[in-house]
Amino acid sequence: MAAVAALYDEFKALGVEVLSVSTDSRFVHKIWQEQELSKMVPGGVPFPMLSDPGGKIGSVYGVYDEAAGVDIRGRFIIDPDFVIRAMEVLTPEVGRNPEELLRQIKAFQHVRATGEVTPSGWQPGQTTLKPGPDLVGKVWTVWKPE
Amino acid sequence: MAELKDGCVKPARGPIVPTTESPSAAGGAAPSAAGKEVPMLARVGHEAIDFEANAYIEGVGFKPVRLSDYKGKWIVLCFYPGDFTFV
Repeated sequence: MAAVAALYDEFKALGVEVLSVSTDSRFVHKIWQEQELSKMVPGGVPFPMLSDPGGKIGSVYGVYDEAAGVDIRGRFIIDPDFVIRAMEVLTPEVGRNPEELLRQIKAFQHVRATGEVTPSGWQPGQTTLKPGPDLVGKVWTVWKPE
Repeated sequence: MAELKDGCVKPARGPIVPTTESPSAAGGAAPSAAGKEVPMLARVGHEAIDFEANAYIEGVGFKPVRLSDYKGKWIVLCFYPGDFTFV
């Protein structure tokens, strides 16, 4: 959470709203913010910290671990039409890479704005693909993995 | 007395599943029925499942948040195992 908060300005610049969810109560969120997060990131976590007691929300998103009673690490990118564009789910011991999350958001925003598609590992400014009959079998002429 | 308005037990609505999208594949289990096991409904390329949850917001305080309040914007929804954990 702190890693996402540290990059919050970049999320804001992309017009992204971040929401975090765990099974902890809103009261625990407040104390975690005061006791720890605010010492990791100046000002603490600036986005809403949501409470999912019982894991009902986590269940419909496929991230609730009934045995442990917690929502495991899952993140979802939802577009302005309220359509889920991406999901990544990890078991708890490995943290996320917020840079990759930002990259995916930029790619989805580019696709939405242009109708082009983005090849593997695409970063803004790099070659995109324009799908169509002329490109079939010719992707190699415009793009190769580095 | 704002404190009293936010007592210890304040259930939020949780998942708000459209009745037209009730999953028939999952043995007809009603997703919103209390105590029932809820099937995973989220899929890429499909509409997000709306929900309401109690939240803590820095500078605002305690407030119920509904996912669809953010409709029209890009949203990143991050689940994590728990406050005060290590990763």
